[in-house]
Amino acid sequence: MVNLLDFLSVNGIELIVKTWEHIYISLIAIFLGIIVAVPLGVLLTRVPKIANFILGLLNVLQTIPSFAILALFIPLLGIGLVPAIVALFLYSLMPILRNTYIGIRDVKKDLIEAGIGMGMTEWERIRLVEIPLATPVIMSGIRLATVFLIGWATLASYIGAGGLGDYIFSGMNLYKPEYILAGAIPVTLLALVTDLFLGKVETWVTPKGIRKSKAV
Amino acid sequence: MFRHFPNNLTHPCLTHNCVSDYSSNAIVHKLLILPKLLYNIIISLKNYTEVFFLLTFEHVSKIYKGQKRAVDDLNFQIEKGEFIVLIGPSGCGKTTTMKMINRLIEPTEGTIFLNGENIMHMDPVKLRRQIGYVIQQIGLFPHMTIEQNISLVPRLLKWSSDKQKERAKELLSLVDMTPDYLNRYPNELSGGQQQRIGVLRALAADQPLILMDEPFGALDPITRDSLQTEFKKLQRKLKKTIVFVTHDMDEAIKLADRIVIMKDGRVVQFDTPDEILRNPANEFVEEFIGKERLSQVRPHIQTVDQIMNPAPVTVTPNVSLTEAIKIMKQRRVDSLLVVDQNNMLVGYIDFEIIDQKRSKASKIEEVIEKELFKVETGTLVRDTIQTILKRGLKYVPVVDAENRLVGIVTRTNLVDVVYDSIWGDGDSEIKAQ
Repeated sequence: MVNLLDFLSVNGIELIVKTWEHIYISLIAIFLGIIVAVPLGVLLTRVPKIANFILGLLNVLQTIPSFAILALFIPLLGIGLVPAIVALFLYSLMPILRNTYIGIRDVKKDLIEAGIGMGMTEWERIRLVEIPLATPVIMSGIRLATVFLIGWATLASYIGAGGLGDYIFSGMNLYKPEYILAGAIPVTLLALVTDLFLGKVETWVTPKGIRKSKAV
Repeated sequence: MFRHFPNNLTHPCLTHNCVSDYSSNAIVHKLLILPKLLYNIIISLKNYTEVFFLLTFEHVSKIYKGQKRAVDDLNFQIEKGEFIVLIGPSGCGKTTTMKMINRLIEPTEGTIFLNGENIMHMDPVKLRRQIGYVIQQIGLFPHMTIEQNISLVPRLLKWSSDKQKERAKELLSLVDMTPDYLNRYPNELSGGQQQRIGVLRALAADQPLILMDEPFGALDPITRDSLQTEFKKLQRKLKKTIVFVTHDMDEAIKLADRIVIMKDGRVVQFDTPDEILRNPANEFVEEFIGKERLSQVRPHIQTVDQIMNPAPVTVTPNVSLTEAIKIMKQRRVDSLLVVDQNNMLVGYIDFEIIDQKRSKASKIEEVIEKELFKVETGTLVRDTIQTILKRGLKYVPVVDAENRLVGIVTRTNLVDVVYDSIWGDGDSEIKAQ
């Protein structure tokens, strides 16, 4: 405990900087992930034949160990922030893409037919019916991906991207447990807080009429 | 039919200028103009049919790959303001026929004209926005408020938001729902209310034609019955053309101006309900209508006015309960209709109510039951019979348009009708024996 307090008095400011780096890396990756995966997921529902193939491919990609992916990017993109963000971005794709696809595919067929029958164009149907109704599912995909990413972002320090992983790796190399804790505890807290926060966001963005908690 | 012709008469060739100048040029000109003139005449004729027929099917067929013809060579015309019901056993092609009108399914052969225009030459999105559509599962969007649901098509058509709101309110009042429903969500409404909204949604942009795919099928019998009555009234008032799919013959008879009976993708009979009931085209139709229904049709008994008892036993609200029970005993009845001094129907009381409440109340007005089912004069007997049987009523009061009591139809009256239908028409049989 004393060690930890000592550590904080020496490294307090640095800890805040590292935490910020960590949040920054994860946020950029997840943001890119959302921008790419949600439209792609919507697109996949239009071509169900290709969809299964692409989802399968991404599933395989997901099984490659994260360390290996990071290592693979070194020859391509070098080290530092960019390859780390690219790797994390790839990891965020799968949960978001799959949930977007499933969420939109599972919108009730009669609602789709009502939409077409009333004269909605394809884009109006996506915008006014499919996306709003799939929002809870898409959001839970985003939530899952974000929490994962915060955990995985610790590995980014291995290729020199910084973040709280720096403490964990230093602690492991120098055999100083307080360093490991100083990295692990904030990461865990960050993940928990993000999960809670996104849970709230999920309820908030879900259209009122389909919120489950509603007493009817 | 000739109201379009003045347009043609103004054509240069038909004015004196053209005739007076008889140069060869003019003759050539005249010859050249002839086909155009013919074309104009044809267009005028077509316009004439447009006035009458909203929808025309010409040799329309639908063939699914590797299957038999789902719809086979349909030819019919639907007039403006008509209520058409498509009916038949499942798989007869009735839903396919309906969905071809708004191109949810496209015909393989033949053409469908809407207002004289081939629907295959129209933009499907624009076409669908001109046609109201009500589906069986109601299909309200759960994430939209009632207002957003009703004004969906106006929104797609980019009406101003004030106009959308105004329209939604106006429509709600048509089905006697208050404007505070506007901000609610579909899951807060009962099934009957939801389908009312479903119907309003199809009326929102004032579409002249509405397609309905078994819209009341998922509702309980009593809600269905009242929604049918309500909707028929609404349709008469708004003069909409309706194409309605069902497999319920009672519903078809109650609602339709003309019924299309289909079997194996073909039209078996296309006629008014009365004509179909009186002269079924073949055995299939007879069987489909059912023997019971055929026997219920008495050409000479049409409306409740003809069978009702015109002098029901009534009391006024200020009569005492003791007096009321005395009247019941004298007249040998178990309930009394309560009317005010202008003969307006207020409600009813029966001996059960009096028995339960006599210690607490002394006047009829304190115990009167105001909820009761009544019919207006002119209602068809067969609809009333359906209602009495479905709801298990003992009697139905008949009122005029101002809610004045004019008579009562009791189960005893119904016995007369049934007796009539069994024996009344039996003269010829008796003679034959």
